[in-house]
Amino acid sequence: MTDTNRSLDGGVEYVTFEIDGRWFGAQVSDVHDVFAIQAVTPVPLARPDVAGLLNLRGRIVTAIDARRRLGMPARTGGYAGAMAIGVEREGESYGLVVDAVGEVLRLDADIREDAPGNLDESWREVACGVFRLPKGLLVALDIAKMLDAPPSTIAAAA
Amino acid sequence: MDDLLQEFLTETAENLEVIDTELVRFESDPSNEATLNNIFRLVHTIKGTCGFLGLPRLEAVAHAGETLLGRFRDKALAVTPEAVTLVLRSIDRIKEILVGLEATGAEQPGDDSAIIEGLQAAAEGKLGAAPAPEPQAPAHPVGPNGERWDADLQRFLRPGEVSLAELEAAFQNTAVEPIAVAPAPKPPEPAVAPAAAAAPPKPVARFDEPEEDDAIAKGERGSAAQTIRVNVDVLEELMNTVSELVLTRNQLLQMVRGLNDSEFKAPLQRLSNITADLQDRVMKTRMQPVGSAWRKLPRIVRDICRETGKRIELRMEGEATELDRQVLELIKDPLTHMIRNSADHGIEPPETRISKGKPDTGVIRLAAHHEGGHIIILVQDDGAGLGTSRIREKAIEKGLVGAAEAAGMTDQQIQRFIFAPGFSTASKITNLSGRGVGMDVVKTNIEVIGGSIELQSVEGAGTTFRIKIPLTLAIVSALILGARGQRFAMPQTSVLELVRVGGGAEHKIDTINRTPVLRLREKLLPLLELGDALQLQPLPTTQERARYVVVMQVGATRFGVVVDDVHDTEEIVVKPLATLLRGVPRLSGATILGDGSVVVILDPNGLCEALGSAPETVDANAAAEIATVSSEGRQSLLLFRAGSGGVKAAPLMLITRLEETDATSIERADGRAVMKYRGALMPVIHAGGDHMFRTEGQQPVLVFSHGDQPFGLAVDEIVDIVHEDVTLDLAADRPGVIGAALVRGKATEMIDVGYYVEQATADWSQRNRAKKRGRVLLVEGSDFARTMLTPLIQAAGYEIAAAPTPDDAWRLHEAGARFDAILADVDANPAAAATFAEQVAADAVWSGAARIALSGSGGQAPQFDDCVRKTDRSQLLAALDYAVTAKRSWGNAA
Repeated sequence: MTDTNRSLDGGVEYVTFEIDGRWFGAQVSDVHDVFAIQAVTPVPLARPDVAGLLNLRGRIVTAIDARRRLGMPARTGGYAGAMAIGVEREGESYGLVVDAVGEVLRLDADIREDAPGNLDESWREVACGVFRLPKGLLVALDIAKMLDAPPSTIAAAA
Repeated sequence: MDDLLQEFLTETAENLEVIDTELVRFESDPSNEATLNNIFRLVHTIKGTCGFLGLPRLEAVAHAGETLLGRFRDKALAVTPEAVTLVLRSIDRIKEILVGLEATGAEQPGDDSAIIEGLQAAAEGKLGAAPAPEPQAPAHPVGPNGERWDADLQRFLRPGEVSLAELEAAFQNTAVEPIAVAPAPKPPEPAVAPAAAAAPPKPVARFDEPEEDDAIAKGERGSAAQTIRVNVDVLEELMNTVSELVLTRNQLLQMVRGLNDSEFKAPLQRLSNITADLQDRVMKTRMQPVGSAWRKLPRIVRDICRETGKRIELRMEGEATELDRQVLELIKDPLTHMIRNSADHGIEPPETRISKGKPDTGVIRLAAHHEGGHIIILVQDDGAGLGTSRIREKAIEKGLVGAAEAAGMTDQQIQRFIFAPGFSTASKITNLSGRGVGMDVVKTNIEVIGGSIELQSVEGAGTTFRIKIPLTLAIVSALILGARGQRFAMPQTSVLELVRVGGGAEHKIDTINRTPVLRLREKLLPLLELGDALQLQPLPTTQERARYVVVMQVGATRFGVVVDDVHDTEEIVVKPLATLLRGVPRLSGATILGDGSVVVILDPNGLCEALGSAPETVDANAAAEIATVSSEGRQSLLLFRAGSGGVKAAPLMLITRLEETDATSIERADGRAVMKYRGALMPVIHAGGDHMFRTEGQQPVLVFSHGDQPFGLAVDEIVDIVHEDVTLDLAADRPGVIGAALVRGKATEMIDVGYYVEQATADWSQRNRAKKRGRVLLVEGSDFARTMLTPLIQAAGYEIAAAPTPDDAWRLHEAGARFDAILADVDANPAAAATFAEQVAADAVWSGAARIALSGSGGQAPQFDDCVRKTDRSQLLAALDYAVTAKRSWGNAA
């Protein structure tokens, strides 16, 4: 996976984004698009991390609330104005709701460190590495895994 | 794989399907030359294309088949089932080779010599069958003026005209590329042979669209060049694009609406109309005739006939009925399965049929027609019908139902067990069907697409399945509802009506132990609060305002869904929920409304389940589901406490109203308790005894009506309303109790409403008693219904005798009993009930009695004088009253 995303000079491109003041990144190759959210329709009885459905140019996109997925404090106010990172999976469109989207960084895979083993359970599954950058720590997320149910709900369902 | 080969595969597969059907048709009607020509042409096309693509194995098999068909066509050989089987076998071989070809892109090696030799031998007339009989007409007669007869054209050739066969021969000798052979033209049309010759040779024969084949077979030429083959994905994309266009248009319209005098208005209006038009037409491209899903069936039936020695005629009606191709794909397999079942298990062998006095050829009828937004497909056979006793045994054996419970179930209820998972009664597993996967899969597949399946079967006379499916899954008409500030779409197919409640409206919602109910036309309707069912956050309460109850019917269950608002109806484009949300209950999809907002679509089945009276859940609930339509099994019961002892129950169907009255308003008059009810005094008694009346606070009263006279039954507390399977244990011998039943796992006393009617309205009853209005015989197999009805009829002033079966009834006859009216249940065993009614009508003593059919559904019973619903007490009593009075006045006149 990583190899295919390497560009000529050995770096991997990451879309960076912010959730609750923290800094994250997702591999550009996993991201379909980035868009601003206008309105989200909640889906009753759905998994808690599902923010709802939204209309993106005539397509229905299932929005996942990254804060809830990662067990972070809930957003204040609605989703309007938030940003979403669009992901396509098996022909379906998903959007990961984040607070803000930043620049695209090219990061050398060599400086990637494994995520610490003592991370919170809801993070361990999805964090695929940490970059120590001058600006601070950047946690690389596996976007595809963000769509899977958080461990807590799986346990609850079982 | 190269495109050409891919196209060949698709096209050939379709052609082969047509050949299958046509061959079966041809076999039954060998004189139909149009059919034969069609087959010949298709085989020839396949052969030609194979040669062109360099597929020698296929070509050799197709060629041998074509040769034999050619002999048929020339009338050199008689058409025998053996020969047709041979051709069909060659078609099967072609299919096998095609499978290999599709998988690998190249012909797989294999030995076809046996098949080819068989076909050649048959073509040379060496098949064990008799040689061709002398053709009725000379093969090549000569016209009055020496014109030559052309078998293809069915007429004499005009001077200078060339016969089609000759043209074909010429093509075969010269053409390097295969050529679509023109179909047999019909006499009224001008000679088309030259046209065929002029047709530009193409690598793949475009003439062979299956739809066109049908058209051509019917003599509707000219459509051939009008159709093209389009990948369905392209249509899907087109559909999506149009949906987006519609949304964009709506947005534009909304923007312009705000402007008073916009130059955009007129062109936008046009854009709007054109968009609507476009949407309509794109929808149409997705429609296909249902017949295309049936094409394989004649062959299947024929093969079953050959294998089992049965004689079956498959009648297909309404093939042209169109429905969405997506739906079509989904019903193909269930239908095939059902036809297989009918042919294999339904229709009996000819000897059996004859011994039963039926024609030796069984008929399977497959008919389709439109009905509202649905398509109805009937699968009907005149075979053996479902063996109720065998199904009953099997159901008990499989633990789907207890033996006692099964004994009390009607035949119809028992028959529905065939839809239970893994249920199969086929005692031997045949090659054809009966592998244990059966009707449960059919039912599930049909329900997945929002359809339903009903079953009617009379042992010995046949089985009818009625399948109801939506025309399209893509667009449904929906009500847009509001609950706690959120909007939802409710498919209108399950909605019966809307009722405004509260806020000064005529209706209002009552609660019984926190269970909301609505009194609607003297019936209690269980309600579901949509906001609660979906666990929506309650809004801060505002002032009391009118709300709405959406009255729904799912299966046999009727219920109401309470919502805050009803916004609109809209045709919505249904989009499935993402995989991640598939498991979410009570929702079936999502859609984008005209204003661009997304709403989720509610699932009526899921809501019904949320009500607690799941019409269908997994496992044993197949039994529960069917019970709702009949007298026994699932009952709606009102649970209450009164006096000592545990919870008591009364059937909800007997209760007219639930009143809560001030305890002080219950007064004593003439030593009896009465209360004001609808401007008159109504007698009230307490179910726990006279001393149990409350002296202060609210006194709950169940109101029963007994003819015109209502009476109240006061109770201590109303506990709940439940919908449960009830098996009555008839052990009680205390007055006022008919027995005990397990309700929610607890023993519950079932009160005898008739007893209280009598107590409460003693003087009326006595008056009636004195008169002895008449003698009634009740023939009812269900213990529950019999015990419920007997006291009611008694209380109405009739003398009653009850018998569980017609045989028991005749025993009363032997004992010399005479009756004014005979009530008989017709649901459990319609045939037996009909026979019983006929026997009664023919009987010297009993023929004077009025015959009244009791049915759960209030259907038709021609052998009876009248038919009433057994749940409708007032109708029943009215029918009795009418019957007895009429009989009496006739008797007096005579």
